[in-house]
Amino acid sequence: MTSGLPVPYQRDEALVLLRHMLRIRRFEEKCAELYGQQKIRGFLHLYIGEEAVAAGAIPVLAPEDALVCTYREHGHALVRGIAMNALMAEMYGKREGCSRGRGGSMHIYDARTRFYGGNAIVGGGLPMAVGLALADDMQGIRRVTACFFGEGAVAEGVFHESMNLAALWKLPVLFCCENNLYAMGTRIDRSESQTDLTVKAASFGIPTRKVDGMDVVAVHAAAKEAVAYVRERQSPLFVEFQTYRFRAHSMFDPDLYRDKGEVEQWKQHGPLHTFTDRLKAQGLMTEDDFQRLDGEVNAEVAAAVAYAEQGGWEPIEDLTRDVYTPP
Amino acid sequence: MKITYREAVRQALRDALTRDPRVFLMGEDIGRYGGSYAVTKGFLEEFGPERIRDTPLSELAFVGCGVGAALGGMRPIVEVMTVNFSLLALDQIMNNAALLRHMSGGQFSVPLVIRMATGAGRQLAAQHSHSLEGWYAHIPGIKIIAPATIEDARGMLAPALADPDPVLIFEHVLLYNMEGEFTVPEADIAHARVRREGADVTLITYGGTLWKTLEAAEALAEDGISAEVIDLRVLRPLDDATFLESVRKTRRAVVVDEGWRSGSLAAEVSARIMEQAFYDLDAPVARVCSEEVPIPYPKHLEEAALPQAPKIVAAVKALLPKK
Repeated sequence: MTSGLPVPYQRDEALVLLRHMLRIRRFEEKCAELYGQQKIRGFLHLYIGEEAVAAGAIPVLAPEDALVCTYREHGHALVRGIAMNALMAEMYGKREGCSRGRGGSMHIYDARTRFYGGNAIVGGGLPMAVGLALADDMQGIRRVTACFFGEGAVAEGVFHESMNLAALWKLPVLFCCENNLYAMGTRIDRSESQTDLTVKAASFGIPTRKVDGMDVVAVHAAAKEAVAYVRERQSPLFVEFQTYRFRAHSMFDPDLYRDKGEVEQWKQHGPLHTFTDRLKAQGLMTEDDFQRLDGEVNAEVAAAVAYAEQGGWEPIEDLTRDVYTPP
Repeated sequence: MKITYREAVRQALRDALTRDPRVFLMGEDIGRYGGSYAVTKGFLEEFGPERIRDTPLSELAFVGCGVGAALGGMRPIVEVMTVNFSLLALDQIMNNAALLRHMSGGQFSVPLVIRMATGAGRQLAAQHSHSLEGWYAHIPGIKIIAPATIEDARGMLAPALADPDPVLIFEHVLLYNMEGEFTVPEADIAHARVRREGADVTLITYGGTLWKTLEAAEALAEDGISAEVIDLRVLRPLDDATFLESVRKTRRAVVVDEGWRSGSLAAEVSARIMEQAFYDLDAPVARVCSEEVPIPYPKHLEEAALPQAPKIVAAVKALLPKK
């Protein structure tokens, strides 16, 4: 599955992509651990296995572009530039969190980076992304709105409604479908009569791309082309990133619906180790380099945990703050 | 000068479009068709297709699109033809429009206005006769307004648009053709209003049933009973002070609501009176709501299902000592 083509980057650029993936991986491994310690509660959906998509695609966006993501969005938030400290504090529900602790894992928001969630209703972000793009279009601002969603969202009516609206009104939305094959526990071929998702998007007259989402090089290259396409033409594009989640759907999921063998097979193509191997094979990185990078990332994660631990709880008197905008 | 409620809504919309280039309209058949209640007739020609956007029959997407456009700096007015179709958009209204500000720790307000027609009385049968504004009034994070008069139809849109949070406007279908003298528009979206002063009983209502309630008050007056009529105007947040002040004066209250009785807005108002003015009451709070049936098609059954002036009169008389 992994193309195995030479990594077409200089060392620095390659290490940036690796660093993004590693930050997501180590952050989430720590989150899983903290969940076990009940420091993080509620739902926790891990992105482990899918890191190449966010790591490869999101750096391509310009700072003024907008992002709309799902409840599996820690990786997107990190790559977009939301501080790991604020993100970890949000996981804890602390006041220092990027959503003041109000949202938790599934509701990451950040006005500074135009990160519009974090949406825990499957497909719920799609029409919002269309609206953000409409606002840009009407104001004559040439920006891109990137909308990430899983293949499960394709079954929702709102997917079709939103794709139609974006195509009809020629709005600059980059639809990024992260196809990890399972909508919770239901495999795509058990829920979709047409499993080629690009066919659905194409039915609205939206051009499509299909990308190996386990290969950060492929994702990055595809994202460059895709973002440029949307930006230049100011019209929508649909990209299917074929990927796989290594962990269960959420921490509550016993993961009984798929073969352990299948998971193991996908892990062979894990985005992190395959990219690391390629970088080493090409002489772009040594094992020492990797260890140094990993050490830095682990230190950042440890600092984020300390930050979250030291964070404060929002006072109960502020419970109803921000239900409405204060006059 | 006499104008219709439709014309008042229309003037308010035109005014908003003229004053603020960020304002635009989006909804089904609002452009070429002219609006299913003819409110936006001629707007497409006047303001162009960019600002008068006919949408596909995709309530969920175009309401969600309104949320996004509001986040993106525009001031969308989304018309969901009727409350009946708003159920198809409920997820976006509830989970995005209403929750975003709190969920994001105050980072994102959603300055979105959603208009829709509500109510029964045109023999449109069960699926087209809902009064669900009480449901919407259950949701924190949005404001719910129900202009019942020409002045409010003209005056409440501007403050709704100026509000940084989502505002849902419910226009009763029977009001569009109502004609009235147009005076200075009332401009706030915070207060209830006393529409008729009285001393013996307080009738609390809103929207389409305001006029039936005023009719009932007139009939009561002929029987020597002086009814005060409160028009709630704003269903969320409720202006408790205005109706409590009246109830403390009259010591009796009847709440009139076209929603079904169980879990209705009338139930909420009644509970608030009980919580805050229990010892001022001379009688239990009474309610006149719709019967708990899907609204039937035949005229006599539809009328029987809805609050009517004689029912309101009877409810009031039941509260008063026998003369």
